Amino acid sequence: MTITGWTLIAAFLVATVLLTPVAGNAMTRVMGASMGAVGRFFRPLEAGLYRLAGIDAAREQSWWGYALAMLVFKLVCFLVVYSFLRLQAHLPLNPLGLGSLTPDLAYNTAISFMTNTNWQSYAGETTMSYLSQMAALTVQNFTSAAAGIAIAFAVFRGFARGSAKTIGNFWVDLTRITLYVLVPGSVVLALFLVWQGVPQTFSNSIAVTTLEGAHQTIAVGPVASQEAIKMLGTNGGGFFNTNSAHPFENPTPLTNFIEMLAIFVIGGGLTSAFGRMVGDRRQGWAVFSVMAALFVVGVAVTYWAEGHANPAFAALGVDPGLGNMEGKETRFGIAASSLFATVTTDASCGAVNAMHESFLPLGGMVPLVNMMLGEVIFGGVGSGMYGFLLFAVVSVFIAGLMVGRTPEYLGKKIEAREIKMTMLGILVPPMMILTMTAIAIVVAPGTSAMSASGPHGFTEVLYEYTSAGANNGSAFSGLTANSFWNITLGITMMIGRFFVIIPALALAGSLAAKKTVAPSVGTFPTHGGLFIGLVIGVILIVGGLTFLPALALGPIVEHLAMGAGTLY
Amino acid sequence: MLRELRPALVLFLFLSVVTGVLYPLAITGAASVLFPRQAGGSLVLVDGKPVGSELIGQNFTSPRYFHPRPSATSGPDPVDASKSGPLPYNAAASVGSNLGPTSKSLVDRVTASVAALRAENPEALREGLAIPADLVTTSGSGLDPDISPQAARFQVSRIAAARKLPEERVHDLILRMTQAPLAGVLGEPRINVLRLNLALDAMK
Amino acid sequence: MTVQSIMPAHDGPGGKESGRNPGRSSLLRADLLVPAIRESFRKLDPRVMWHNPVMFVVEIVSTLTTILLLRDLATGAPHIGFAIQINLWLWFTVLFANFAEAVAEGRGKAQAASLRRARTDATGKRLLPTDTGKWSYAGVYEEVPAPELQPGDVVLVEAGDFMPSDGEVIDGVASIDESAITGESAPVVRESGGDRSAVTGGTRVLSDWIIVRITAAQGSTFLDRMIGLVEGAQRQKTPNEIALNILLAGLTLVFIFAIATIPSFAAYAGGQIPVLVLVALFVTLIPTTIGALLSSIGIAGMDRLIRFNVLAMSGRAVEAAGDVDTLLLDKTGTITIGNRQASDFLPVPGVTEQELADAAQLASLADETPEGRSIVVLAKERFNIRAREMAQAGMQFVPFTAQTRMSGVDIGERCIRKGAVDSVLAYLGNPADASAQAAIANADTVGRAGGTPLAVVDDDRLLGIVALKDVVKGGIRERFAELRRMGIRTVMITGDNPLTAAAIAAESGVDDFLAQATPEAKLALIRKEQAEGKLVAMCGDGTNDAPALAQADVGVAMNTGTMAAREAGNMVDLDSDPTKLIEIVGIGKQLLMTRGALTTFSIANDVAKYFAIIPAMFIGFYPQLSALNVMRLGTPQSAILSAIIFNALIIIFLIPLSLTGVRYRPVGAAALLRRNLLAFGVGGVVAPFVGIKLIDLLVNALGIA
Repeated sequence: MTITGWTLIAAFLVATVLLTPVAGNAMTRVMGASMGAVGRFFRPLEAGLYRLAGIDAAREQSWWGYALAMLVFKLVCFLVVYSFLRLQAHLPLNPLGLGSLTPDLAYNTAISFMTNTNWQSYAGETTMSYLSQMAALTVQNFTSAAAGIAIAFAVFRGFARGSAKTIGNFWVDLTRITLYVLVPGSVVLALFLVWQGVPQTFSNSIAVTTLEGAHQTIAVGPVASQEAIKMLGTNGGGFFNTNSAHPFENPTPLTNFIEMLAIFVIGGGLTSAFGRMVGDRRQGWAVFSVMAALFVVGVAVTYWAEGHANPAFAALGVDPGLGNMEGKETRFGIAASSLFATVTTDASCGAVNAMHESFLPLGGMVPLVNMMLGEVIFGGVGSGMYGFLLFAVVSVFIAGLMVGRTPEYLGKKIEAREIKMTMLGILVPPMMILTMTAIAIVVAPGTSAMSASGPHGFTEVLYEYTSAGANNGSAFSGLTANSFWNITLGITMMIGRFFVIIPALALAGSLAAKKTVAPSVGTFPTHGGLFIGLVIGVILIVGGLTFLPALALGPIVEHLAMGAGTLY
Repeated sequence: MLRELRPALVLFLFLSVVTGVLYPLAITGAASVLFPRQAGGSLVLVDGKPVGSELIGQNFTSPRYFHPRPSATSGPDPVDASKSGPLPYNAAASVGSNLGPTSKSLVDRVTASVAALRAENPEALREGLAIPADLVTTSGSGLDPDISPQAARFQVSRIAAARKLPEERVHDLILRMTQAPLAGVLGEPRINVLRLNLALDAMK
Repeated sequence: MTVQSIMPAHDGPGGKESGRNPGRSSLLRADLLVPAIRESFRKLDPRVMWHNPVMFVVEIVSTLTTILLLRDLATGAPHIGFAIQINLWLWFTVLFANFAEAVAEGRGKAQAASLRRARTDATGKRLLPTDTGKWSYAGVYEEVPAPELQPGDVVLVEAGDFMPSDGEVIDGVASIDESAITGESAPVVRESGGDRSAVTGGTRVLSDWIIVRITAAQGSTFLDRMIGLVEGAQRQKTPNEIALNILLAGLTLVFIFAIATIPSFAAYAGGQIPVLVLVALFVTLIPTTIGALLSSIGIAGMDRLIRFNVLAMSGRAVEAAGDVDTLLLDKTGTITIGNRQASDFLPVPGVTEQELADAAQLASLADETPEGRSIVVLAKERFNIRAREMAQAGMQFVPFTAQTRMSGVDIGERCIRKGAVDSVLAYLGNPADASAQAAIANADTVGRAGGTPLAVVDDDRLLGIVALKDVVKGGIRERFAELRRMGIRTVMITGDNPLTAAAIAAESGVDDFLAQATPEAKLALIRKEQAEGKLVAMCGDGTNDAPALAQADVGVAMNTGTMAAREAGNMVDLDSDPTKLIEIVGIGKQLLMTRGALTTFSIANDVAKYFAIIPAMFIGFYPQLSALNVMRLGTPQSAILSAIIFNALIIIFLIPLSLTGVRYRPVGAAALLRRNLLAFGVGGVVAPFVGIKLIDLLVNALGIA
């Protein structure tokens, strides 16, 4: 651990704080009525599109109408991506002549990209044609992110409105987020990345003769355009197998910093948008503070853990000063790798700039725990916010009673129906993760894919399902997925997505219908340090405690074993 | 549900065109005009011929060159293409070792690397230099173009001997080629191995 | 029931039970304990347990482990002593939960039983009217069984008699033991007139006598209602309770998954976990503490209201009371003392103040109303006019009648009268002279300042005006400040004109007022507040109040009030004390706080329990995990046993808290939250570490694990 390392972490936090209100303001404006001069130009074009699609932009949907529209859209996405991948060999823009995908791999990949997970059961450069990368996967990178943000705004409206029947129009939200937030952001980011060295070309891979006369084939492609939205949309599915560790995806420490910021900018901005929508910016900052606090703790633990060398290496005379460099890039070192790992798992991005599997046990546990907590520390674009609000509702419900009033959050009484939906959204993903892990760890098709044995092998399996259930998509990549994994992970990703979205929308619908209760000094204050501390406690206890036995049998026991010099 | 199908299909098609076709094409077009070298993979040309990419590491085994970090990539066996075997710095298929910290294979591999390093650089050990961690660990991508300054210094005496250069000149070169963190914060001190070796070749 | 005209300023709802802790004292009463223990076993019936999802799950797993235990006993498996102990403590957990509920119910039931006795045993002495159509102590009465009494009947109740039914005192004054209903043994005084006239069936007159007009029909007396409330043991769950139950059921469900997946994880590591250990971990993790105490908290909340002589028609109303934002309070009796006091003598031109004071005092000598007495006192204070003996001066008192609306005194031929200004003027034949004009002008001034003018006339001579003034209750200002700190806005309702109302509002420190209030204006005000998202509480007694009572979120009807009002409200106050609204709000808050505090405590407990059981469970195949045994518990067995013992005992320890409730202090939500989070959140994390460690020391010292 170095001063430079801590400075980097501090600088990143400061940059995130500064970007948050900017992004929040921009998104709120895009989703609201006013877009100024830009709006005067674009809104008529938008109207033309809606006419073509048979959308009445003025007609809002009930929570169920909103959910239904989203589900139909997702179904279309799934079917199209699946077909593209299955037919890849017969489609153009395939300079390497890559074959079509197997049904289970195509299924897994379609679900994975549709749910904003982007868990990759394949190596990008040797599996996906340029057409698949662009037209199938990049489109999903945009629309799955846009759908997530749209749903977050629908949930915000549930809190902001009183005695209302509707929570917005999914089609309009989806279009606006894509066209006015994600596309412009990606264009700027992509060009920046190209400037820094990320390739953007349709030419074939390049063959070179090295200084020593050996032949090296260098895979290139339209990387920058995919890289930009991969970060901004917290998708995380890389163009290359090794994702943002690959020098073509993340060539310099500067791109690394900007990519990390891109992961957080929308998630952070949504906290501010939330505050703006409910008419009290302090509420947004309170949410931000909870997330930032959990983030800082996570990064500190990871950095501390990874700053240590593997004791087994030290015994061989290896200089421990550089820390645990296995699976990390020299240009990033320990600090930027630890920071990236924390950022990507806090936000449900899943891009990696170092191999999490090779982290020391406690360093690898932080990303795992981040995902287990439900991806609510900034989280996936949109999903982080609506996931967080579920925790906020539970926190208010548990402790809000202690001020002697029936619980309310932002003027909305939390009653049986809200608790039912909230518990569903919070509890289904962990149940799914635990159950799937318990199955995979004892059946042959499950264990045959594992690359490690001992506690690390267990962590590997637990990490995969956690990543899928939390829609993160990062991996302990030693595992070589087979059809058993493709199918079970696909199911886990789907449940992890829709069993949070639908309860969250239902919650929004029932909140929107409620009267807004006026606040008084007797009202549970949800913008101060107390609330922040409380939500942190609830996220850790309600979200994390169910995983403690599993963590004990995975990273914790591995850490203790490593200290004792046990190898597996 | 059928009522939602038309908006779903039309919007999907529209957004696919915008984000899946127009967007990458626009970026490609702009990139080829604004940053043609980077867009094409930041190739390093020697006598007009590409000898590699500045950003992608390549394997060096000769004692005359600085060696990069170990790489976990594999590829088709040079003898029998149907088989796959270790192929360090295979830039067509990036991969990390993905070995966990308590993995026996990892410790075995590092033990072997340490032994190899000791054999190749006896002078460095005599000077009391510790074995640099990056020289015995594989990078995340398997294509790491850089090594740490320690790793470079560790190889100085070997290279100086092989090239019959004074060690100070090699040390000077390392100093010159070391990239400091941007703004003192971003990135670790590092040296691009390909550029370092090119500079070495350029030394008279 | 100690009838207090002014509530103690710094005492929460608990203050009513001054000096004693009802939870503890009741717990220690053997006559309540024994039936409660019996009841705890009876409640094991799954059809009863089913209503409490968390404890029902515990019962199921306990049954399963007992079956396994019986199997092991038959086959003679090892560690049987440990298994027996775990089994016992699992069942204790269920029984303790049942016990908590039984104790809470028992307190009411014991009352109900004695009440029912009182109801069936009592007879009433029905008085027959005297010749003048009135009733008197000396009148003739007939003994009638209580159930035969009708509303309107008039009964005599003497020392030693039970009150045969609910009613209103129309004559006499008596000290009454109301402990059968309230549990409060100190006698209270009931007298005719004013707000202490309501008496309740089943109470006992200790001394003196009263004549009571029966007001309640058989089957709808307070006794009947209370018996119904307490005996309706299958009381309906309140909305907040339902929501909390869903949360607890959800947590239970997720822990089923967390525990059920452990054997598979262990199998991977080559280990095996006994079912008993899994069950122990499961039961300690699920929120049994709050699950066990939830229903007793609710019952105790209702019980506290009943002790306050407030009858809540639903638990929902009690919860709503905690949420109240706006309190509508009637001026008279709540903010001002019910009686006005003389404050000034305003003579007409040509009359001295002393002359007026003298006449006013003479007219009031025999007037026993507080207003009359206050005139006598004021005259004495101002001009040292001593009260004269009426008999000596040959005075003849003329009482107030509805026809004349005046009272006064005849001294020989001299007639002195005082009364409402218009009545007195009418008595004089509505003169239009300077005196009358001056008197009318003075009367207006008094009225505008919030006072009531009385005119005094000596024979035909109008002397002037006596100003009577509202007196704001002592301590009420502090009380409103306290309510403000609780986040509750107070609105004074008065029939006075706006100027008067403003004067009193300023003096009493009330936040707002509604002057010249009509029933319609009251209703409109409530609707307006509700439209702003506020919850409104009010009390009322008249038929006019019924719509507003029904519209208010918490409507407290006075027991002395009309039937219409009582039916419109969702609470009835037996004492007919409007100030009680403030206490009712406190009780509602206390109920909610207790629920939140124990939920937080219960969930926070899980951290320590994990640290006790996880190392113990996995140490067989991962010895390294002993590092997680931060409490340094003796053996794996003792660790598991200690955790489950702690989990069961904490229920017993918290029963008193669940019955008395967490103390509410009006300090604002943020401060309250900080205090409770510290006590029950942080305390909930720390307490089990200490508790489990202590139990483990004991378990190891005794060598039972």
